[in-house]
Amino acid sequence: MFWSVTQTLLDGLLTTFQIFILTLVFALPLGLLLAFGSMSRFGPLKWLVDVLVWIIRGTPLMLQLIIIFYGPGLWLGHNIWSGNEAGRITATVVAFSINYACYFSVIFRGGIEGVPAGQREAGQVLGMTKSQIFFRVTLLQMVKRVVPPMSNEIITLVKDTSLARIIAAYELTFAGYSFMKSNGLTWPLFYTGVFYLLFVGVLTLLFNYIERRLDYFR
Amino acid sequence: MAILEVNKIGKQFDATTVLHDVSFSLEEGNALAIIGSSGSGKTTLLRCLNFLETPDSGSIVVRGETLFDAAVPMKEQEKALRTKRLHFGMVFQSFNLFPQYTALENVTLAEKLLAKEREDFKQNKREIFSQIEKHGEELLDRMGLADRMTHYPHQLSGGQQQRVAIARALALKPDILCFDEPTSALDPELTGEVLKVIRGLADQRTTMIIVTHEMAFARDVSDQLIFMDDGMIVEQGDPRQVIDHPKEERTKQFLTRYAQG
Repeated sequence: MFWSVTQTLLDGLLTTFQIFILTLVFALPLGLLLAFGSMSRFGPLKWLVDVLVWIIRGTPLMLQLIIIFYGPGLWLGHNIWSGNEAGRITATVVAFSINYACYFSVIFRGGIEGVPAGQREAGQVLGMTKSQIFFRVTLLQMVKRVVPPMSNEIITLVKDTSLARIIAAYELTFAGYSFMKSNGLTWPLFYTGVFYLLFVGVLTLLFNYIERRLDYFR
Repeated sequence: MAILEVNKIGKQFDATTVLHDVSFSLEEGNALAIIGSSGSGKTTLLRCLNFLETPDSGSIVVRGETLFDAAVPMKEQEKALRTKRLHFGMVFQSFNLFPQYTALENVTLAEKLLAKEREDFKQNKREIFSQIEKHGEELLDRMGLADRMTHYPHQLSGGQQQRVAIARALALKPDILCFDEPTSALDPELTGEVLKVIRGLADQRTTMIIVTHEMAFARDVSDQLIFMDDGMIVEQGDPRQVIDHPKEERTKQFLTRYAQG
């Protein structure tokens, strides 16, 4: 039994991992774009981004996921997400990417604005180009500021992937739950928790390492 | 001929006039001190010279070359802005060292980036970089920081940081070195070491503009002194003359207030 549970949970972990990685791949660059949008001097763009961030941060991710998965089918008359597992994962990644990009954008913005204007000015008077100032002067300082809040957000993402169960994506929590439903077993739920703990544990070590690497300056 | 000619520079922030028709000239090898109370426009003037602010009117001429003319649309001037900036060096009140680089890296970074634009960079990269590093080490040595080259800014005292900043500004060999209240952010016991370095530069006839609250220092070190108030030059001339025997009422008031602390 133990081995068959392990096998099933590993299958679920694979889906959880896919959602996690793909969400980061899309949400990180999208978040940076939104951050630039919210700092734009072009009024309508800034307004649009601010409203989007307000709506996405102001409503539950689960609600957003339900709307994104079921909405198109009900409005357009056909489901744009194919009915199989891959379709459900795709819809999850889309909903998660939009949601997390909004949270990331606020963190990035704080990181960018937190670098003192004097740093850019010092680069300017030394004849550096805009891109040299960004890559050689401000970027690393921004990264350093952003690592602690980002690690929080990314650890939350690991656990949020369990929301995909609501649209029947077969992720880790769903896998653990299935044994309770079919066999009345509760210990696989605790075993599932161990999987999450290990996942988050590895991430924590990684973020600690990054923070230590950036500790040489202030 | 003067190395720097500033003609009728004017600058407004919203409805407030910060600089009003400021004109002066500076001879090569001379040090110019600018004094005045906070909000008199001293710092804005310096920022205009370094193109951190764009003046609304007037012109800036260095060695006969017009670097800025408010009559010419800014779009046309922006392209060459980066090279024009190199005529001026800037030392900030709050140092603005790059925290992620060592003292030596702070001094050499800009020079190395500029070297990449040289045509012979690819062939002689190693040689060019070692020259730049040698130059940086010499500069830090001159600042009395030979044993601090591999320290990061947060490992240095304020006075040491400001001396690194001076070395960094000197590295690109600017025509005119500007100081924006270089000792105002320092603890009193640390101002001496920075002033000593600036004095040394003056002795070597470095062309400098120094915005400062250190009146005695301005009097001793500068060849020329400007007193500013309300965005205007109220009085200028020989520093001893202006400080010891001011002609204008506003200068007298400022110096009296200053003497009373």
